[in-house]
Amino acid sequence: MATLSELYQGVIIEHDRSPRNFRTLAAPTHHAEGRNPLCGDEVSLELEVNSAGQITDIAFQGRGCAVSKASASLLTTAVRGKTVAEARELFDGFHGLLTGAPVPGARLGKLEVFAGLAAYPMRVKCATLPWHAMRQALDEKK
Amino acid sequence: MTTVAWDVAALRAEFPILGTTSRGKPLVYLDNGATTQKPRVVIDAITHFYASGNANIHRGVYQLSEQATLAWDAARHTVAQFLGGVPDEEIVFVRGTTEAVNLVAQSFVRPTLRAGDRVLVTTMEHHANIVPWQLVGATTVPIPITPEGELDLTAAERLLATRPRLLAVVHVSNALGSINPIAELCRMAQAFGVPVLVDGAQAVSHFPVDVRALGCDFYCFSGHKLFGPTGIGVLWAKREHLERMPPAQGGGDMIDQVTFAQTTFAPAPQKFEAGTPHIAGAVGLAAAIDWLESQDREALHAHEAALLAAGTTALQAVPGLRLVGTAAAKVGILTFTMDGIHPHDIASLLDGEGVCIRAGHHCTQPLHQYLGVAATARASLAPYNTLAEIETLTAALESARRIFG
Repeated sequence: MATLSELYQGVIIEHDRSPRNFRTLAAPTHHAEGRNPLCGDEVSLELEVNSAGQITDIAFQGRGCAVSKASASLLTTAVRGKTVAEARELFDGFHGLLTGAPVPGARLGKLEVFAGLAAYPMRVKCATLPWHAMRQALDEKK
Repeated sequence: MTTVAWDVAALRAEFPILGTTSRGKPLVYLDNGATTQKPRVVIDAITHFYASGNANIHRGVYQLSEQATLAWDAARHTVAQFLGGVPDEEIVFVRGTTEAVNLVAQSFVRPTLRAGDRVLVTTMEHHANIVPWQLVGATTVPIPITPEGELDLTAAERLLATRPRLLAVVHVSNALGSINPIAELCRMAQAFGVPVLVDGAQAVSHFPVDVRALGCDFYCFSGHKLFGPTGIGVLWAKREHLERMPPAQGGGDMIDQVTFAQTTFAPAPQKFEAGTPHIAGAVGLAAAIDWLESQDREALHAHEAALLAAGTTALQAVPGLRLVGTAAAKVGILTFTMDGIHPHDIASLLDGEGVCIRAGHHCTQPLHQYLGVAATARASLAPYNTLAEIETLTAALESARRIFG
């Protein structure tokens, strides 16, 4: 199991420094804000979903710790091009990975790097914050 | 400075938890503002009570209940002496500082509240000394602070002159460490007939408090920030206030006579202590006070001041680190931000080294809005901390900075 320090040095710092899709969308079809009142982290997530139910674009904005920022960044790269149903499956798989209840057969790819965070329950919410925002966005609109 | 025959190692040996590890490293506990650790005598007093002294208080005629009642009364006397020798009847046992403030809001402010009534607070106030006033319908108005974290006393006087219902002020800021000039504020408030409530949660572990010398009307603190157990705390109030205040909770132990038509209440403090209280907690709190009073408090104070001075110098030397709260009079609290690293990431990386600090808004969101930051990191000291621990903290911060490059 990676120590938190190794986890930071591996992927978190890299995405914290150069977050992917850290921007706004011109015409989002779905949008949600995530807030963690305990630490003040805020994330705003925008998605563009076409009539076939495919996520054609996704972007995020916000402020927060490196864990939440890196998680949001990886989320955008993971769900871009996926269908809404696939994105929901990824949510379940990612949530299970971090809360000690892995979903059998979940294919998480790069998201697996967050597995080590499960040992730090106080930080799990930082990583799941953008994922909850994504699910809320998909639930609320259209 | 003369060398004092005082040994931090001997003090540490009294605290069982300080010999343990965290994340495989020796525990470096620097979150004393959140709660302090407990010396063996406090743990033993609680264990002893449950092992050989446990019974409910007041109504039992058997010996065990009588002894438990005596222990409860003795704890109240210990607290009364600890606050400068006030009458025992002016001490109300509550769950903690938060419950004490809420009790004053519900029983002192609410019954006579008129539309537009204001409670004067400060920018550095803890949520526990803001929200209870808002809950009863009062408007909270803050006394501003300086960038260093000191109260603006000119503004305080100007605001007191508008005659708010109450001045509710923190003795020592949990986020900045600032020691507020309570006696001076009380003199000002008295000139305008404004009663004063003091949140002493962060003060009582650091220096002796004499509530009558301060000149306040209400003083509250929590046992667990004073080397005692959680779930027990104290509201001291002048007798004249307690007599006029109606009870906020009804139940057993707080009554004089009950009928279905009408109930009359016991005198203070019993009328504020409905139901079976935290008897073991009071016993543990009394043990904690006895323990603290048995220490060389000047030596403890000198040691903590040395730690604060060393910590201030060491942290200021960490590139990109900015200390928040640099009042001339402050206790051992080092709050800071670091360029490019969120406080939660700092706290997590320090946790990996066994170093426990706190990150966030420390229940002082209005203060953080004033500071213009969402969160800060805070190392808060107790007399059992060491210069070596300050070095471990500094090294861990340097390492965090390197990781974030």
